[in-house]
Amino acid sequence: MSEVISLNLQVWKQSSNEDVGSFEFYSVKDISIHISFLEMLDVVNENLQKEGKEPIAFDSDCREGICGTCGFVIDGVAHGPLAKTTVCQLHMRHFKNGQTLVIEPFRATPFKIVKDLVVDRSSFDQIIQAGGYVTVSTGNAPDANNILIAKENAEEAFDSAACIGCGACVASCPNASAALFTSAKISHLSHLPQGKIEEDERVKSMVTTMDDEGFGSCSNHAECEAVCPKGISISNIALMRRNLIKTIL
Amino acid sequence: MSGATPEKEYVESVSKLDGRVPSGELADKWDKYKSSMKIVNPANKRKFNIIVVGTGLAGGSAAATLAELGYNVKSFCIQDTPRRAHSIAAQGGINAAKNYQNDGDSVHRLFIDTIKGGDYRAREENVHRLAQISTQIIDQCVAQGVPFARDYGGLLTNRSFGGSQVSRTFYARGQTGQQLLLGAYSAMMRQVAKQQIEMFPNREMLDVITVDDKARGIVVRNLKTGELETHSGDAVLLCTGGFGNVYFLSTNGKGSNVTAAWRCHKKGAYMANPCFAQIHPTCIPTSGEYQSKLTLMSESLRNDGRVWVPKNKDDKRLAADIPESDRDNFLERMYPAYGNLVPRDVGSRAIKKMCDEGKGLDPSGRAVYLDFSSAIERLGKKNIADKYGNLFDMYETITGDSPYSQPMKIYPAIHYIMGGLWVDYDLMSTIPGLFVLGEANFSDHGANRLGASALMQGLADGYFVIPNTLGNYLANTKLDSVSTSSDEFTSVKNDCKEKTDQLLKIKGSSTTLEIHRELGGVMWDLVGMARTKESLEEALEKIPKIKDKFWNDLYIPGDSDSLNKSLEHAGRLADFLELGELMALDALNREESCGAHFREEYQTEEGEPLRNDDKYAYVSAWEYNKDSIPILHKENLDYKFVKMTQRNYK
Ligand SMILES: Cc1cc2nc3c(=O)[nH]c(=O)nc-3n(C[C@H](O)[C@H](O)[C@H](O)COP(=O)(O)OP(=O)(O)OC[C@H]3O[C@@H](n4cnc5c(N)ncnc54)[C@H](O)[C@@H]3O)c2cc1C
Ligand code: FES
Repeated sequence: MSEVISLNLQVWKQSSNEDVGSFEFYSVKDISIHISFLEMLDVVNENLQKEGKEPIAFDSDCREGICGTCGFVIDGVAHGPLAKTTVCQLHMRHFKNGQTLVIEPFRATPFKIVKDLVVDRSSFDQIIQAGGYVTVSTGNAPDANNILIAKENAEEAFDSAACIGCGACVASCPNASAALFTSAKISHLSHLPQGKIEEDERVKSMVTTMDDEGFGSCSNHAECEAVCPKGISISNIALMRRNLIKTIL
Repeated sequence: MSGATPEKEYVESVSKLDGRVPSGELADKWDKYKSSMKIVNPANKRKFNIIVVGTGLAGGSAAATLAELGYNVKSFCIQDTPRRAHSIAAQGGINAAKNYQNDGDSVHRLFIDTIKGGDYRAREENVHRLAQISTQIIDQCVAQGVPFARDYGGLLTNRSFGGSQVSRTFYARGQTGQQLLLGAYSAMMRQVAKQQIEMFPNREMLDVITVDDKARGIVVRNLKTGELETHSGDAVLLCTGGFGNVYFLSTNGKGSNVTAAWRCHKKGAYMANPCFAQIHPTCIPTSGEYQSKLTLMSESLRNDGRVWVPKNKDDKRLAADIPESDRDNFLERMYPAYGNLVPRDVGSRAIKKMCDEGKGLDPSGRAVYLDFSSAIERLGKKNIADKYGNLFDMYETITGDSPYSQPMKIYPAIHYIMGGLWVDYDLMSTIPGLFVLGEANFSDHGANRLGASALMQGLADGYFVIPNTLGNYLANTKLDSVSTSSDEFTSVKNDCKEKTDQLLKIKGSSTTLEIHRELGGVMWDLVGMARTKESLEEALEKIPKIKDKFWNDLYIPGDSDSLNKSLEHAGRLADFLELGELMALDALNREESCGAHFREEYQTEEGEPLRNDDKYAYVSAWEYNKDSIPILHKENLDYKFVKMTQRNYK
């Protein structure tokens, strides 16, 4: 297998949320298959700057798949073709020489476009503010081992708490629902005795805020689970629904 | 008085720097001091505005706690949400002297391990306080819902980290930093909802504003709109993380920078021990020119992984085909007492030594094996997957190879900076009212940080130290009201605007990436894992040339009125270039080896670092001197409680 490939990129360019955007075409040559997708875009941007042109705006920070900063859609799939992988961890060895790729931002009404592939996901913070925490101020905590938690509960709580808040779930949902994101936090805290006490208030408040922020409702497409880079399960959504119904009954 | 030799371009201050450590017995210093502090009464707290820059473990925990106490907090970060601070990437764990394993741990033992790990270059009293507070941190995090690993009985479980013979590291799979940060973030969000914290994401701090010589405000750039804003407050807390990216390639996030700290340095905050840069032994080796960052493979892997190279350097067999007898498990051979769990500086140098001897693995010769085959045999694949699954997956994603079937290849990389802005016992810098927390300060790790101790320090600073010491400062200090429309504020803001305009005006042909890569190369080769007088002098010659290139040939596309990643990068690079020079100067001045600072001229016969306690048992704190050479202030480390000895991990 050759160590380098060439690609044709169609990338969404949009200078701000107010502007109408459009696709631009870039032809990229001799990309090492060992670099990541974002490093490939770094190369494209280097070349654009050398030609005195504006680079493609995209965001990233950790480049280790944990901070949730990066993210866009490649050929219709949030974070691209490899399951459970953010674009910063996606390597070029998964692409073929001569392939054409369409790259777009995460699209959803509550995610405003900042520039090109960068979107504003601050509505996620609003959802957490509505109750995604345990009410405990610093200094009030009992000895850690006074709270016993069964291993499987701790593990399940962790599985949900592993969400990186990237927004791929919203971008992939036909209804732009934030149900997976919201339910992951609800489920994390519901699995722990510390979080149990505020469970009812939490679920009501977080779900209301999710709706107020303009996210759509979940109709079980499960696209979110398929693209989630951290493998967050839609069983969290079922738990959220059960908890919500409990508060009404 | 000028420096000893002519090539050292600095002057030495005659007065000694005072860490303002309270008197009394080591073990009860902190508690006594706390009870003697002045307190701001609850009704008055809401009259104070506190600026917290950074939302990592240090800034997040500080902002949440201060808001809980009733202060008005303004919180700033460069990411689009506080939850993405680079603390999120910490993998392995957090230390605490809980002694839950009943293996003989204690506050005293954690204190001694940390002092020794730091090669006797940290302030004793700060380290002791850290060890004391460590236990409360775990309680706090569990109460917040951090899902730490547990045993079948429901109790918390621990793993071991380097530089310690007890098991005191708490962890949440390989994502401990993420879980701790989300804990602090959720506590922050609770306060945002209560309007005790006003959140300013996408803001980069460009300068600090002093009024009557006290820190009273900051200038930030809104990274989305390009707008410059000023904010005022009664104190400024700098929690802006580490600056390993001065080396270009590091395990830090792409946005990690020195800008906020450096601009404070230029306004009077001393920079301490900048040359103490930690090189982590187990990272995925570099793979090519376009590599943008290095990925850490957590130290926790050394609980079960064995580090080795083929005994014969011409042995080209696959790892699996090389029998035990033909392998050199060199850490176990060289350091039988600690084996694979030696501290990071020791491990990194041993790996470098093997590679320098030509035993490094193909193709670059800059890699060694980290092998799990015997652990998989002993514990089973499932057990290993439970412990390290996400790290193994990450390794496979990046390299295409599975560590379940063949050993990882690893090589050291820049990871953490022990140096940082100088602070006193209260965490206050040399600018009154400017406090520095977390990795951004120099305080607790001396010349080398032990694994799992940065998370501990960040949270200790934010949850438990600053809420006390800040209150004491506010209660004892006369603070007049200030206005962002005053001259002090507008003139600093104008300076920042000018600087941005200047960068955009250069219109040369080199990109920020090219220049940053060049700086990184010089720093790694000449101010890296092993340093000499010659290499450091060469660095001091080369960096100014790169700086010239930057200021004369830089090209930045676009303008300053909207999101402009190249412009952001350029501003940070300008500061890295100045910092790099100071790091080299600091390393040149310190004619000894200690911890991560390895001067080849100063080593024992076995190749271990050779300290010189008579001459260098001090903290180097550098004062910026506009238009002239830096001034070196010394804080003497006269150890009262621990005896300085030669570290021995054999
Ligand atoms: C890959 C990796 C793994 C690690 N694993 C461990 C581990 O297992 N155990 C351990 O103890 N330590 C570990 N560390 C070290 C530890 O994670 C860090 O030292 C620690 O998290 C730093 O926390 P902090 O709050 O000081 O800074 P950070 O978390 O880096 O936060 C810095 C904050 O400052 C903000 N900021 C920076 N500059 C500016 C500016 N100019 N203007 C405005 N805001 C700014 C950022 O937006 C961010 O919010 C690891 C580090 C790395 C890189
Ligand atoms: S950049 Fe952090 S998840 Fe991709």
